[in-house]
Amino acid sequence: MKPARMLRLASTGFLCAIFLAGLFAGGITHYSYATQFRELPNAAPSASHFFGTDGLGRDLFARVIYGTRVSLLLAPAAALLSTLIAGVLGAFAGLAGGWCEKAVLAAADLGMALPLLFVLLALRAFLPLDLDPILSVVATFVLLGFLGWPSSLRVVWAASRDLRNSEFILLAKATGCPPLRILLRHILPNLRPVLFAQFWIAIPVYVLTEATLSMLGLGVMEPLPSWGNLLRGLEDFSVVSANPWRTCPLILLILVVISFQLILPRQEEIA
Amino acid sequence: MHRSLKGLLPFMLLAAALPARAQSGGELHFCLHGEPKTFNPILVDDEASENVRYLTGGVLIRMNRQTQALEPALASSWEISRDRRTITFHLRKGVHFSDGSSFTSEDVAYTMKLLMDPQTHSPTGDAFRSSEGAVEVRTPAEDVVVITFPASIAGLDRLFDQVAILSAHSPKKEMAVLGPFFVSEYKPGAYVLLQRNPNYWKQDAQGHSLPYLDSIRLDIQRNRDIELVRFRRGELQLINRLDAEQFERLRQDNPAVAKDAGIGLDAEELWFNQSPAAPLPEYKKAWFRRTEFRSAISAAINRDDLCRLVYGGYAKPAYGPVSPSNHFWFNSALQSPKYDPKSALALLTQAGFRYEKDVLKDSAGNSVEFNLVTNSGNAAREKMATMIQQDLAQVGIKVNIVTLDFPSLIERMTRTFDYDACLLGLVNTDLDPDSQMTVWLSSGENHQWNPNQKTPATLWEVEIDKLMREQASAATDKERKAKFDRVQQIVAEQQPFIYLINKDVLLAVSPAVVGTAPVVLNPQAFWNVETLRLAPGLELGAQK
Repeated sequence: MKPARMLRLASTGFLCAIFLAGLFAGGITHYSYATQFRELPNAAPSASHFFGTDGLGRDLFARVIYGTRVSLLLAPAAALLSTLIAGVLGAFAGLAGGWCEKAVLAAADLGMALPLLFVLLALRAFLPLDLDPILSVVATFVLLGFLGWPSSLRVVWAASRDLRNSEFILLAKATGCPPLRILLRHILPNLRPVLFAQFWIAIPVYVLTEATLSMLGLGVMEPLPSWGNLLRGLEDFSVVSANPWRTCPLILLILVVISFQLILPRQEEIA
Repeated sequence: MHRSLKGLLPFMLLAAALPARAQSGGELHFCLHGEPKTFNPILVDDEASENVRYLTGGVLIRMNRQTQALEPALASSWEISRDRRTITFHLRKGVHFSDGSSFTSEDVAYTMKLLMDPQTHSPTGDAFRSSEGAVEVRTPAEDVVVITFPASIAGLDRLFDQVAILSAHSPKKEMAVLGPFFVSEYKPGAYVLLQRNPNYWKQDAQGHSLPYLDSIRLDIQRNRDIELVRFRRGELQLINRLDAEQFERLRQDNPAVAKDAGIGLDAEELWFNQSPAAPLPEYKKAWFRRTEFRSAISAAINRDDLCRLVYGGYAKPAYGPVSPSNHFWFNSALQSPKYDPKSALALLTQAGFRYEKDVLKDSAGNSVEFNLVTNSGNAAREKMATMIQQDLAQVGIKVNIVTLDFPSLIERMTRTFDYDACLLGLVNTDLDPDSQMTVWLSSGENHQWNPNQKTPATLWEVEIDKLMREQASAATDKERKAKFDRVQQIVAEQQPFIYLINKDVLLAVSPAVVGTAPVVLNPQAFWNVETLRLAPGLELGAQK
């Protein structure tokens, strides 16, 4: 077996394991993510607490596993939403050209010009206070998905514009192929590598955006864990240097991002 | 002994003796945490300008930050009339401003006129405005000033600690000062350089002119982490305020430079929204209005754990509205708060609540659940909220934590009243209870649990209103103290604010600075700046 294929298989296996761990968190750890063992703050990894404990004595392994559920299910969902919007609008703009193209690009520029954090803060102010924490998290990621498409759109649009003038599209047009069919059968399949790349790139971006939002009161609320609010615990260098096991969520995030990159189909393979 | 160590011995002995051999002169470096908005002392409204005013302003009366007693400064003595409306100052003679112009009663009259002029909008002047009417200032002699206010003012003499005297005649206007230093250079965004005032009136016990330092460079640095890094590199010699995490980091590296001045004046507290205008279900309003409910919540919160886990042990459980570090006004008869979930449940049962299957329900069967709002971005408060959430879960109460940006939070607290409970900190800069009038009077806008009431909603608020008004007009401080002790007692019984912790005042002082005596009152590290010295050879880089 080729090393690249082995790596891809290993990455797929790792991601599946992480996803499953998140889904069946309750079966993997008997600790609750919220229980505070106050006599054991910042405890080192041990047989009872695999990743040690955080500053309030909560089991870090349980928090990472439950945090995986939040981040690895919702961040890809938000990434999928924003990539879909960017894909459809970008492909349409690139294919249609003219004033449609200008209107879509202007909307994207406007979207990029909006200060995302302030828009999200304003939206949070309108949400009721007694919103269930889970619903609050879902709302956050949905908003991220709806507001995060403009940067991807620019990339997708550039790629689809190149395709617009390609010979096979001209041929399709010459044979009377309707625009919707050209979009769905010719443009979008050829944009697949770009869309995949945008999707994978967006996942860690959304995980980190959620961490920032948590700091501003919009992300995942305590005591519910997410990779984002677990990463917040790494802000203080002294805590990290004294308790290096607190970097577990960071290591996990890096491994997951690398795994996503490794399972990305390469350009030449698609071709 | 090893030869190299033998050679080092004389130097080690010399180093050990250094603090005792501190010398005059040198430049002290520390940071302001923002741009000073003004150098005009009567317009000061921000911390950076306040620090510059403290270092440059000459005042008639100075409060000793260590003893918390008032001491004569530019006024060698003063008397207050029995009706507490008139104060007579006897000024020191032969005192000059930094530009050489003489200090007379005219300067005091000029300063008071500017201070009380409504057009000036002086925040310092606001403290003197107890009623309508003009302030009368008479100067019967060059060294006597008589100031008469339209109504009696509680703690009148103490207010003059904030009034830096301006020169009536100097062409340099507010840049001519009577304090130990004057502003010699200001580079916006970079630094403020203060030079020693050669005309400063004060001398030490040996008759040497004060201050000892030649200059102070105040670097403008908003980022506290960078400030700490610079302190560690030896580029700064003082940090006036550190948070618990920074302090612990510093203490582990170099215990000698980390100073804990003790319990501070600031408190963290929680309160329930009792405003009748709040868009909350009636059953929730009924819970929040019950004293037993509030007392039970207070008893169910483990304050010792908050101090230990959130503040690393650099905080103490709070007794009430006054910190124990406020020597005169603290009511020492108050009982320390006790963590007792069993008595909390007993109180709730007594109030008609039922604890069923780990859930607390009221008499109508509603599960007890409320949202606790706090400001976002404050890690310590978020941790406290999380701990309170677990503590209250033990008595069957579900708490939903919501963090909001500050403007949204203020909007809910003051306009829409759309929240159940709030966790915030109370910043206390003044020792006198008169500065807390807007908090305790039921008509006050800072009476957070139910602000701006036309008539007090409860009997105990009627009593607090009465006591606060009486203490403001009482003839002696002893009478005022008795009244305010009762206010503290009522607050402890009724728990409109559930006080949680008082943070310690933490700071850092380089061994290069001799003569520091950290205190809990602002400015904590340099309140005795005129007697600070730098150890020879240790001016900068000492704590590397």
